[in-house]
Amino acid sequence: MTGRAVEVAAQDGRILQQPPADDSPLAVRGLTVSYGDKPAIFSVDAVVPPESMMAIVGPNGAGKSTLLKAVLGIVEPLSGTVSVYGEPLAKVQERVAYVPQRASVDWDFPTRVIDVVLMGLYRELGLLGWVTGRQRKTAKACLERVGMAEFANRQIGQLSGGQQQRVFLARALAQDADLYLLDEPFAGVDAATEKAIIDVLKSLKADMKTVVCVHHDLATVSDYFDHVLLINVRKIAEGPVATTFTAENLQRTYGGRLATTHIDELRLPAG
Amino acid sequence: MWTTFLDALLLQAGYNAALVAIGAALLGIAAGTSGTFLFLRKRALVSDAIAHATLPGIGLAFILMVALGGDGRDLGGLMLGSAVTAAAGLLLVEWTARETRLSEDAAIGAVLSVFFGFGIVLLTFIQTMSSGRQAGLDGLLLGSTAGMLFQDGIIIAIGGVLSVVAVYVLRRPMTLVAFDDEFAEASGVNVRHVDLAIMGLVLGVTVIGLKIVGLILIVAMLIIPAVAARFWTERTEHVVLGAGLIGGASGYIGAALSASAPALPTGPIIVLVCALLFGLSLLFAPIRGVLASVLRHRRFQVRVHRRQGLLALVHGEAIHDRMTLAVLRRDGLIRADGVATDDGRAQAAKALLDERRWEIVRQLHFADGIKASLDGLTPIEEVLTRDELAEIDKRLGPPVVVGE
Repeated sequence: MTGRAVEVAAQDGRILQQPPADDSPLAVRGLTVSYGDKPAIFSVDAVVPPESMMAIVGPNGAGKSTLLKAVLGIVEPLSGTVSVYGEPLAKVQERVAYVPQRASVDWDFPTRVIDVVLMGLYRELGLLGWVTGRQRKTAKACLERVGMAEFANRQIGQLSGGQQQRVFLARALAQDADLYLLDEPFAGVDAATEKAIIDVLKSLKADMKTVVCVHHDLATVSDYFDHVLLINVRKIAEGPVATTFTAENLQRTYGGRLATTHIDELRLPAG
Repeated sequence: MWTTFLDALLLQAGYNAALVAIGAALLGIAAGTSGTFLFLRKRALVSDAIAHATLPGIGLAFILMVALGGDGRDLGGLMLGSAVTAAAGLLLVEWTARETRLSEDAAIGAVLSVFFGFGIVLLTFIQTMSSGRQAGLDGLLLGSTAGMLFQDGIIIAIGGVLSVVAVYVLRRPMTLVAFDDEFAEASGVNVRHVDLAIMGLVLGVTVIGLKIVGLILIVAMLIIPAVAARFWTERTEHVVLGAGLIGGASGYIGAALSASAPALPTGPIIVLVCALLFGLSLLFAPIRGVLASVLRHRRFQVRVHRRQGLLALVHGEAIHDRMTLAVLRRDGLIRADGVATDDGRAQAAKALLDERRWEIVRQLHFADGIKASLDGLTPIEEVLTRDELAEIDKRLGPPVVVGE
């Protein structure tokens, strides 16, 4: 539903979803995306509070990545609205940074670590601009933040999985956004990288930025995040981790796929 | 033949030969640079569909121009016609892959054969037209430069320069989309438009290449230079430059070669020169070439022997392997009688530290997505970040005295 369609419908006197009024970093209303005839996510509402760190949690095939992609305009939603800081995404694109799944690109591509980070400055560079010394310095500083400064001139295929993930994070840092959307940043990375990434994400939050991660490791949700969105095609629950990340909500999200013993190990407060 | 070849290289072999050589060089540069992005986007085969879809346009343009009382062989008109049907074929492939459940390669196969078949029907029909007998349209299949006119050369030159300018202007969005289309879309780049631009560039090059290499062989000029250039470098902009260089050189040298002997067809000779440059790149390129790989493997073998020898020194084991002994002696790590030198003992201690660190790396599953450089033999500082190293050393504990 576009803003224009809502206006027309409102003039007709038909009652439709209200356009998002608040200016929270990300507000999603009635978002439905389907591949073919099967909805990947169905009528999901969610609001990400400012300066929060939110985990999107759910089983495989629950539509976690699809939700991010729909928010970013990578896949076309069937219905629903997305607003970023109270505006449609296209108006505030430069305020949003994205870290795709590591496996989504070909790491044998002829490019170096520093070139990938410079891609984060794409909007600033435009078509004809040359890369200036200042932009190169920005890119280097972003690599420094993820502990990869010495690797600037490596071909990206020579990196380990964790290092590749750090490069993707550095590229998002170069975008210098206010809202960071990350798709499984901790998947298949080593312990040191996991720590390096979470340190960066926490520093972003300290800088008043907002961070949203698709996250698969239930054991670390409470340590890393302050908000959680539980989805399984439909939204199950949303809110602060302390009150929302409960055994009962997890059971509803995962159904039979998550053994009770597994939930017990998480030592959650009673729902 | 040798002197005529030199003359041709120096543009002294006559007006037509010079015109063809310059045109072919420009075409090669345009094809190499544009084709690079198609190759990097992993859609090399799209060029085949585009090229074959030019044929019905050629036939239709000829018929139309004759019907309007003009010269059916006018290159500008034929190019325009071919561009129209090629664009139709291209959009059909793009639409089919996007909107139906067919994959792109199936769409390419269908469009390619149907359009080409229709084109052949038109050419056969043209043969029966009174004005069609000497039309020479089949020359556009494999290229025919014999009767190339100055104005043809001008069209090819302008088209070539425009393509190169377009590549320069669009290099950044095209690189971004080729590497990571989701990130590109999320950064506000219209991926579909960029894809259409890449394919549009290829279409333009195909059309301007009709006269010189023809529609069947143009695919080679679009793809081979990029693939060859990829052997030499790990940077996108260098692949683009290299592909332009290889394409341009193939065009120029190929045209000169074919001008130096009567029975050498220009288009196929250009493609063969291009293939030769590909072969040389495959074998001799210093980064990804076959020879470089062999040498790298050889150096790796020496490193393995050196490491095994050093670890044997640490553990006080006797070394019997002759290559290991030779490597250790050559590097001054052992004396002629096999006893470790001071340097040898120091290096052995370092090897042991490395070995212990690697052991922990393996325990920690740092090796997810491990690459050739994480072989357990490369100095570990080169492949891990400082915080990763610190994590390992924390688990390793304090240093111990070895080799005493």
